[in-house]
Amino acid sequence: MTQTLKKYWPAGLGLAAFLLCTAAFGADGAVEDKFKWMTFAVFGAIICVTMYVTYVAARQTHTTSEFYAAGRSVTGVQNGWAIAGDYLSAASFLGIAGLISLYGYDGFMYSVGWLVAYITVLLVIAEPCRNIGKYTLGDVLAFRNDPKASKTVAALSTITVSTFYLTAQMVGGGVLIKTLIGIDYEVSVIGVGILMLSYVVFGGMKATTWVQIIKAVLLVAASILLVLFTWGQYGFSLPGFLSAVVADPKVQGQVAKLIGDAATNMTPEELGQRFLEPGLFLKNPIDQISLGMALVLGTAGMPHILMRFFTVPTAQDARKSVIWAMAIIGGFYVLTLFLGMGAAMNVGAAKIISIDKGGNMAGPLLAQFVGGGPDSWLGNLFLAFVAAVAFATIVAVVAGLVLAAASAMAHDIYVGVIKGEHATPQEQVMAARVSSVIVGIMAIVVGILAKGQNVAHLVALAFAVAASGNLPAVFLTLYWKKCNTTGVVLGMLVGAISAIALVMVSPNMTYPLAKIAAANKVLEGVPAKDGKPAIAGALAKEEGLMAKLAVAADDAEKAKLEKDLGGVKKAIAGAKKDLDTFKGQTTSMVGLEKPMIELKNPGLISIPLGFLCVILGSLLTRDKRSEEMWDELYVRQNTGIHAEAASAH
Amino acid sequence: MSKPEMNWAAIDADPRFQELHRKKTSFLWGLMIFSIIYYFLLPIGAAYFTDLFKVKVWGPVNIGILFALSEFVVAWTIAGVYAKRANAEFDEMAAAIIKDAHNMGAK
Repeated sequence: MTQTLKKYWPAGLGLAAFLLCTAAFGADGAVEDKFKWMTFAVFGAIICVTMYVTYVAARQTHTTSEFYAAGRSVTGVQNGWAIAGDYLSAASFLGIAGLISLYGYDGFMYSVGWLVAYITVLLVIAEPCRNIGKYTLGDVLAFRNDPKASKTVAALSTITVSTFYLTAQMVGGGVLIKTLIGIDYEVSVIGVGILMLSYVVFGGMKATTWVQIIKAVLLVAASILLVLFTWGQYGFSLPGFLSAVVADPKVQGQVAKLIGDAATNMTPEELGQRFLEPGLFLKNPIDQISLGMALVLGTAGMPHILMRFFTVPTAQDARKSVIWAMAIIGGFYVLTLFLGMGAAMNVGAAKIISIDKGGNMAGPLLAQFVGGGPDSWLGNLFLAFVAAVAFATIVAVVAGLVLAAASAMAHDIYVGVIKGEHATPQEQVMAARVSSVIVGIMAIVVGILAKGQNVAHLVALAFAVAASGNLPAVFLTLYWKKCNTTGVVLGMLVGAISAIALVMVSPNMTYPLAKIAAANKVLEGVPAKDGKPAIAGALAKEEGLMAKLAVAADDAEKAKLEKDLGGVKKAIAGAKKDLDTFKGQTTSMVGLEKPMIELKNPGLISIPLGFLCVILGSLLTRDKRSEEMWDELYVRQNTGIHAEAASAH
Repeated sequence: MSKPEMNWAAIDADPRFQELHRKKTSFLWGLMIFSIIYYFLLPIGAAYFTDLFKVKVWGPVNIGILFALSEFVVAWTIAGVYAKRANAEFDEMAAAIIKDAHNMGAK
């Protein structure tokens, strides 16, 4: 009975998710109605392939090692692709290309940190963790620290980090699919959830790995294709391509819009060149450095990244997988320069923003453009392909996160703490599957509840918690003889809690007073002060435009005035809506009238605090086991003696 | 937890392990510190040395863009340098220690 269920459930669930998606066929989106069947055909093909993979993987997944670590049978190259698939979320695929298309240089600068992060992973984390770890972050910490205490905090931290990241992915994914093809938000969240659950529950790590590999290959292929078309016509010359960007009137217009008054004395050439210079997006350098710290140290503390190193047979394969991942991830981020700049000049910031304010549609719209535009068959096929890749991206990243959170729940908490390591193999696998279902359903519910929330800062927060809580504990456990249980527990709690608390009092939160003031400023304008000229309010502008419209002579002038009037009316409606929403409120969620700190990214404060607490806690207490196990840990992490072997098939 | 007959303290004290430890530590720290400094030069440069970043050197390509691209090259180079040294040297040293591990100060 269970065997039959195992055989057919993945296919059934895949079909259900697919039907659910097609049921919402017909609503608005970037893909035109008459071309939507193409998107669904590519969606369907991806779902079929991944379901077949899950079906094969499910037949080979019986033990805990197979469920959590794919039986340690993944090769270095495969794992490198899977890491890239796990890491390149929709935010990096669509978001970074979007940032570059809107803000030029600053967007590209943003992408560098995501690659540099892997140097930390390669040099200090991957091999030692493979040598001493089993399935989870908790296993690494429990090697020499008190197992119950360290597994409990590690599991709490893993679940916290994964939930933040998961929520951002679910909400971002739901919005994205709606923008692309017009499927209802709730439907796409449920569809993504069901698909991801069927991969994880039936195929465990093996299916998740292959879904991530497939997605990474598709993503890289799509990007290379787009870059060939955009860059190829300039003979693959960097100055040639960028000269065209600089000379493009759409790019110049976007820069003029971004820098405002400063643009008046600049030639079009200078405006275009400004797009290639820093400072259009990132205003606060300290914040930028703080985010950089969280990226460079947080990636190494991400449980779902750490978990990938337990799937390869040896430390040498772990090393090889990071090298491959760095080549793929780095290569991809170099391509984003051409995707973003190409979209800026071919599609134009105005059109990109008109569909999505954050710029997420830059890549998909570029795909449509290079294929021949919105009315062409090929253009829409490209768009369909990119939309389907974006969908696969979300599903693959979410599957990795759910597996990490479920392993913390089942392996660390249930088996390690509640059962005191006394669970039968069958119980362990069952616990893993049940936990996956719980986490998956939670992800769907949270995703639906968080509809319309601004979740962009949740990704930065996940990295900050991983960098402040997990990394100091793992790093010092691996490399510092005096590190012990008290230090690890204290450091993880203080690091994680301080990162969350700092975000709660930062400008990331919504402050009603500031919102109301901004809305009033839009409506009423700003009176002249200190020699600065007055800025007219939207209400006054509306009146002025109406008066002009009434006496406008020719049609061209009328059309222009009407267009301006439309913009002003939109601004008024937005401001009035804000006034309504925040009416009577004076404080943010945590009771503040204005941010307590100016930092948007807490890493600069919380990471040193996390390290400090591990060190202080370790120096102030003594722990016999932590000291006794040091020799064994240090020898094993360096040599790989007694490392968990691959399970034979 | 650990399989029996391993005297971890003896392996730790073995001169070959000490040498592996010494070589690895200085090499890894050197690379790590260099990569972190090189990475943070980018946001610092973009914020405080904007005029330098704006200097055009190759058509419209300015120093800022070249520096950002160099970040990728440097990251890949560090990865390559580490992999080469680890494959050629550290793995062999570790293998020699593993081979003799059972005989070191047998309990």
